Amino acid sequence: MTPNMFYLLVSILFSLGLIGLVSRRNLFIVYMSVELMLSSVNLLLATFSKLLGSPDGSVIALLMIAVIAAEAALFLAMIIHLYRAKKSIDSDNFVKLKERTNHA
Amino acid sequence: MLSLIVILPFLSAFFMGVLYLSNTKKKNYAFYTLVGVGTPAISTIFSLIIMYDLISGAPTMHSTLFSWINIGEFNINVAFMADKLSGVMISFITFIGTLIHVYAAGYMKDDTGYGKFFTYFNLFMGSMLLLVLADNPIMMFVGWELVGLSSYLLIGFYHHDSKNISAANKAFILNRVGDFGFIIAISLLFVSLEGTAFTFASIKAHIYMINHDTLSLIGVLLFVGAMGKSAQIPLYVWLPDAMAGPTPVSALIHAATMVTAGVYMVARYSFLYELIPDVGIFIATIGAASALFAAIIASYQSDIKKILAYSTMSQLGYMFIAVGLGAYSSGIFHVFTHAFFKALLFMGAGAVIIALHHEQNIFKMGGLKKHLKLIYLTMFIATLAISGIPPFAGFFSKDAILVTAFASEHYIIWGVGTLTAGLTAFYMFRLLFTVFHAKTKESHSIQKVPLSMTYPLLVLALGSATAGFLGVNEAYGGNSWINNFLNLPDVKLHLSHSTEYLLGALNVILGLLGMGLAYKLFAQETQEPNQNTLLKQVIINKFYIDEIYLALIIKPLFLVSHFISKVIDPKIFDGTINLMVFTYMRLSLLFSSLQNAKVRYYALYVLVGVSAMSYYILFKLGEL
Repeated sequence: MTPNMFYLLVSILFSLGLIGLVSRRNLFIVYMSVELMLSSVNLLLATFSKLLGSPDGSVIALLMIAVIAAEAALFLAMIIHLYRAKKSIDSDNFVKLKERTNHA
Repeated sequence: MLSLIVILPFLSAFFMGVLYLSNTKKKNYAFYTLVGVGTPAISTIFSLIIMYDLISGAPTMHSTLFSWINIGEFNINVAFMADKLSGVMISFITFIGTLIHVYAAGYMKDDTGYGKFFTYFNLFMGSMLLLVLADNPIMMFVGWELVGLSSYLLIGFYHHDSKNISAANKAFILNRVGDFGFIIAISLLFVSLEGTAFTFASIKAHIYMINHDTLSLIGVLLFVGAMGKSAQIPLYVWLPDAMAGPTPVSALIHAATMVTAGVYMVARYSFLYELIPDVGIFIATIGAASALFAAIIASYQSDIKKILAYSTMSQLGYMFIAVGLGAYSSGIFHVFTHAFFKALLFMGAGAVIIALHHEQNIFKMGGLKKHLKLIYLTMFIATLAISGIPPFAGFFSKDAILVTAFASEHYIIWGVGTLTAGLTAFYMFRLLFTVFHAKTKESHSIQKVPLSMTYPLLVLALGSATAGFLGVNEAYGGNSWINNFLNLPDVKLHLSHSTEYLLGALNVILGLLGMGLAYKLFAQETQEPNQNTLLKQVIINKFYIDEIYLALIIKPLFLVSHFISKVIDPKIFDGTINLMVFTYMRLSLLFSSLQNAKVRYYALYVLVGVSAMSYYILFKLGEL
């Protein structure tokens, strides 16, 4: 089998996730973008595992799926928390890290 | 004992200063008088003892206090030396200085700054003694600077008037100009001697190491220092203005301290100047020019103290003629006699000023002969002495100088000196007759002059009458005792006795002529000189020298400093810094706006960073 189409698919999925992470403000969409990037990496790991005939990649991919599931629970809980604090899920509303200056 | 002479005035100045500062309102008249006048008196006794020892044949005395600078082989000690030259100097400086202190106790009695005055006065004495007794040029320079400082403090003593302050500043700054030459000369001397011990004795022994050109340069630069201190052309303009100080200060500056420092310094370096006679002629020429110049100005002044100030400058000119032509002993002899009659003249003038409630214009005095008999008498003696009428002191010393000038065949210098001698008699008797003889329109209310101000006059009058006998030369039946005693490297000149008599007679005749002219013009009716001809106008305005200096030096200096303070400093220096500050501000704004606390932007930065790193790695690996 030729892995080229797999590589292409992984790249497209990762890029889509990246673009979504950087350009969208809705926290759910940001979360989904992160998930998309993680899944694309999982796909890459599975591809290499098949290509090299070694189970290592598949094992890591399975582990990651478990971690992602745990992370999803945490992430959704945080979004709900943030929503309660600001009544908003727009990421640009959370700017407490910014220094208050006179100019700018 | 030698060290004590110098230390005592400094100590008493210190204690009086501390006491004065602890309570400036309190009048400790008795204490200040006791300490302020007592200390110079003790110094005088010590000086006279040392002088006695030296006369009885004691060798040069040395006294080291402590080592000041000690770098490897190079040592500067705080050390004092009393040889015959400094012995003569300290004995008359302390003696006349003490008399002036006594006089000042009367003159300054009612002044609120009495304690301060005596603090400065003792400091002045101490500085001058330090200068004279210094064992090495560095200590001499310290004394030299301290003299400048204390004269500044004293000239500006009446500091409520801003005119006095600017006079003090003028004296200080012009002295700085001279000191600049002095310090360069010392440095050159030190460098040229390549690290041999830096005392006068050692410099004298190693003077052969310096080539002629460097030696000439050192000689000229040292003389620049002397010009400043001893008020010679072109650095003399501070001297008339220095009259702003109290009269005892003028007496001290003009008689015992300060202005004689320049002449002393040249005599101290006589071993150097005898090797460079060309520079000596330059010095003598400056001296002759100053003598005549000051005498002309003095003839048209109407302020009693300014006349005396110009007269000092003129007499200092004589001293520089002497030391310039190599007659160091004659120069010092004139310093010695001049100290007596100039102190007397200033103190007499001060007494007159006090008697007339601080009137200084001689044309508003007149007819004081009857009221101030003792002062008139003593000042008459002093005037005779300064005019060179025998047998008073000035005749012998001035005659010795003019004979030297004639014998060394510098006829122009001799001519100028002789002419000045006539002028001296004229302007001094003009002062005397105007103040004491002339009829006056105004009625004076004479204030009583305290005894402490008149007794010193008597002592000085005695000195003015007799001090000259110490140096009567061969032609007049003496043996030039002071010249033999000083033992300086004088030039040896021979002149027949008849020529000497002729020259002496010429001086006396010129002096009498000046006296007669002054009597004719000023003894009866007087009026202030009016500026009716151009020449008179120029002379009365002191040849516009102050104005010329203002236009040539001060104004351009002001322009330059104005340009620097208004253009270069704010525009260029501050401008550069402000530009840098502005740039940093804008840069910081740029970078701080990147940190907008929005997570997605941070993610973008991470993306950009990682991309850049990846690209770099790929590029390095040669994949691209």
